[in-house]
Amino acid sequence: MYSFRKHSVFFSLLILLGLCGFSLPAVADFDAAVQALNSKSFSKKADAIIALAETGDEKAPVVLQAMLDSRLYYRKSDRRVVIVEKIDGGFRLADAATAQPLGEAGRRAVKKIGINNKLRGLLRDTLARLSLTSKDPAQRLAAAKIMLGNVNAATKPVLAEALARETDADIREVLETAAAMSDLENDDRTVRLRAVRLLDGSLEPEVRNRLNRLLEIEADQEIAAAVQQAIKSIEFKLKFNGFIETVFFGLSLGSVLLLAAIGLAITFGVMGVINMAHGELIMLGAYTTYLVQLLMPNHIEWSILVAIPAAFMVSGLFGIAIERGVIRFLYGRPLETLLATFGVSLLLQQLVRTTVSAQNVTVENPAWLSGSLEINAALSLTYNRLYILLFCLLVFFALMLILKKTSLGLQVRAVSQNRAMARAMGIRSKWVDAMTFGLGSGIAGVAGVALSQLTNVGPNMGQAYIIDSFMVVVFGGVGNLWGALVGAMSLGVANKILEPWSGAVLAKILVLVFIILFIQKRPRGLFPQKGRNAEN
Amino acid sequence: MKSFREKTIKRAVGAVAGVALGMAAMAAQAADTIKVGVLHSLSGTMAISETTLKDTVLMMVDAQNKKGGVLGKKLEAVVVDPASNWPLFAEKARELLQKEKVDVVFGCWTSVSRKSVLPVFEELNGLLFYPVQYEGEESSKNVFYTGAAPNQQAIPAVDYLMNDVGVKRWVLAGTDYVYPRTTNKILEAYLKSKGVKDEDIMINYTPFGHSDWQSIVSDIKKFGSAGKKTAVVSTINGDANVPFYKELGNQGIAAEDIPVVAFSVGEEELSGIDTKPLVGHLAAWNYFMSVDTPENEAFIEQWHNFIKDENRVTNDPMEATVIGFNMWVKAVEKAGTTDVDAVEQAMIGISVPNMTGGMAVMNKNHHLSKPVLIGEIQEDGQFDVVWETEGTVPGDAWSDYLPGSRDIIADWTPPIKCGNYNTKTKKCSGQNF
Repeated sequence: MYSFRKHSVFFSLLILLGLCGFSLPAVADFDAAVQALNSKSFSKKADAIIALAETGDEKAPVVLQAMLDSRLYYRKSDRRVVIVEKIDGGFRLADAATAQPLGEAGRRAVKKIGINNKLRGLLRDTLARLSLTSKDPAQRLAAAKIMLGNVNAATKPVLAEALARETDADIREVLETAAAMSDLENDDRTVRLRAVRLLDGSLEPEVRNRLNRLLEIEADQEIAAAVQQAIKSIEFKLKFNGFIETVFFGLSLGSVLLLAAIGLAITFGVMGVINMAHGELIMLGAYTTYLVQLLMPNHIEWSILVAIPAAFMVSGLFGIAIERGVIRFLYGRPLETLLATFGVSLLLQQLVRTTVSAQNVTVENPAWLSGSLEINAALSLTYNRLYILLFCLLVFFALMLILKKTSLGLQVRAVSQNRAMARAMGIRSKWVDAMTFGLGSGIAGVAGVALSQLTNVGPNMGQAYIIDSFMVVVFGGVGNLWGALVGAMSLGVANKILEPWSGAVLAKILVLVFIILFIQKRPRGLFPQKGRNAEN
Repeated sequence: MKSFREKTIKRAVGAVAGVALGMAAMAAQAADTIKVGVLHSLSGTMAISETTLKDTVLMMVDAQNKKGGVLGKKLEAVVVDPASNWPLFAEKARELLQKEKVDVVFGCWTSVSRKSVLPVFEELNGLLFYPVQYEGEESSKNVFYTGAAPNQQAIPAVDYLMNDVGVKRWVLAGTDYVYPRTTNKILEAYLKSKGVKDEDIMINYTPFGHSDWQSIVSDIKKFGSAGKKTAVVSTINGDANVPFYKELGNQGIAAEDIPVVAFSVGEEELSGIDTKPLVGHLAAWNYFMSVDTPENEAFIEQWHNFIKDENRVTNDPMEATVIGFNMWVKAVEKAGTTDVDAVEQAMIGISVPNMTGGMAVMNKNHHLSKPVLIGEIQEDGQFDVVWETEGTVPGDAWSDYLPGSRDIIADWTPPIKCGNYNTKTKKCSGQNF
């Protein structure tokens, strides 16, 4: 996608140098090259970056990496270029050219050497190319992929050289694709034809663009037909990948809906309580994640795992308090419950506003929840969505187990089916009510942990999910957990299939209209509860 | 019993006398002060942004009083809270103008709040300074617009991407309400006038607070993989930006590949979020906190001293508020009175220094001439300026790229004296704005 053609000839030379093992002595003075990075104009900085890479000094990648990470500064007193490390109240400095430590300095004693997007791209490419000879296969693969975007006649020998020494199959494949792409411009028609055949079915976007370009200028009938064939097969594959992607997006949206709704499926579905404060219990879970991260700033990676039980406890306890304090006086009076819990939701929002902050808070994403899993060049699944999908299924089945296999679950089902009979059997129905409500609320808190990784954490965040949650529960069939699962997933997929052609706003409206019509036809949802109990 | 009653009466009389004395003193003092109304939400959803502007006005009032006030009188700030509630804005505006009898009002953030107070200011002949970038298509006799019009923010940003970055394909992404829709209409017409084809423009709207960006970002990625340099022009509003940028990062779209230029992401918005996925993306404003000028350094220091917090940032609407305030002071001194009509005429042509260098000038259409800057987001939540206009750009109230408003100008000097003047028919529209 990104191309930096102006410098590509130089890069080819650079790689050649690299492949020859830098047999030339470093001509330019490394120190002068480093100091040259500190210039006013971006074009001079670009020249300096190229010059620095050209020195072939082994410290060059370290300096360039520091520049890319915005850690390259200069000292105002003597304009020396330094690499800094953030400490409390200032920076720890090290000379960029010599790597000598230079002590500490205040924030105003140094100034950052700014870079823009062009330089960022140049730095990224330069670093990648310097690592085409790296021992680490991952780095070589990244370098080879960047080569894909910059193939031209000059890169051909470099690619051939790299191919000759490469043993890793994945990297070889990328390099072969790149070599074939450069062969598309070959004058010999048999070479061109072979290249087109080789590229048939490749999903790299650059390949498709090059084939399209070739199709416009190709005079040879046979090759033109082969190109057309190749483009057709690429497009078919892209469509297929696009379909899988849409389904994944749909399931991932469905998993968010299910997580938000699953707690409600218990409190509303099983107990019949219309709990308008459900969204705020989700919000409390998200804020618990935030507080846990504040308490363990050095272990952000694992804070999420600590936050899950913590959020379950916090939201669960709030839930029990709400049940004991408000809802238990209002059983059998749905309108009053609705109003009272709406009041509770406002109370909880204001509580967070006054104790934490009215502004959104930052919940950090651990590294293992960032980035994406690349299946092929046209299809990659983001890790955060993938994990949340798995997590959601895990929560769902854990809840199923609790309801089906534990004595609490048995009592919950008994009370919800026939309260009087259950009490006659010696079940403390009030205790079961509190526990059930606490369980549903705790799961809302767990959902909050997951949502904190996807969206903003603020006092109003619960409001965004309350309608969706009720929608899922009503659509799936009140009182049926499986209904919630199927309902959430089908709503998610339907939404994502509609979105590309109707836009996000209209897709939401269409789904809502569909549910209204559906409820008219089947008032008890997808999977209505059966049996005598269902009628009252 | 009697003595008790007497005592009570005496006390009551004393109290009444005291209150009366106090009120007389206050009245006497009131005659010697100039009242400055502050109409910014201090609670509700907009409080995050608007509270800062209230503090900015209070800081300027304080500083002006230390310099001896205006026309020999002290300034007195009257702060009200319209609570992010649009009809309440109109009520509070009426309260400021009728009950408090303020001489000038600084306020409003969202376009809908401005539209809500506009009739009040025109009916009661008040004076409003509006400090936020907006969609244009308005010019009222009673309002001075110190934020950017579309041609001072959106158009220069697109020019930069087109000429300096070489962007050929455009994604116009916005939240579904009036500001993005109007801005995108203007941008689409502008891009087409520059020869961009229909298939190279993708327009997308999302609801407020949208958080599921997967398929939109994936569409942008596909749109950008056609071999032409692609950029996103974002009028996405408020906190929906955070999941949007996060998704871009997760799907591996770096700023070098597909840059996003935003019109409503500033220092204040960035101070609450994790900026790592945003590094390198762009924003267009008339002011950045990172600009290195003596004026800006003094302003930041003044702000930190006033708010007593070294970590607070400054942003574009704050600069617009300060410029508006300084202009008003100058205009009052020039007119020698706080009378609205006199000040309104005196305002036109007034110039005060920008924080970013050069002078801001108030034009006949009640909009400013200001420089336009484009900055890249850095890891510390600040912007590095990568491009700026040669000189200042005069704000255009009525866009030249929309068919309905191409021939319309605003000119509040005689003989036209109209905010909606059609240069073809030579007629002033019946509307006041």
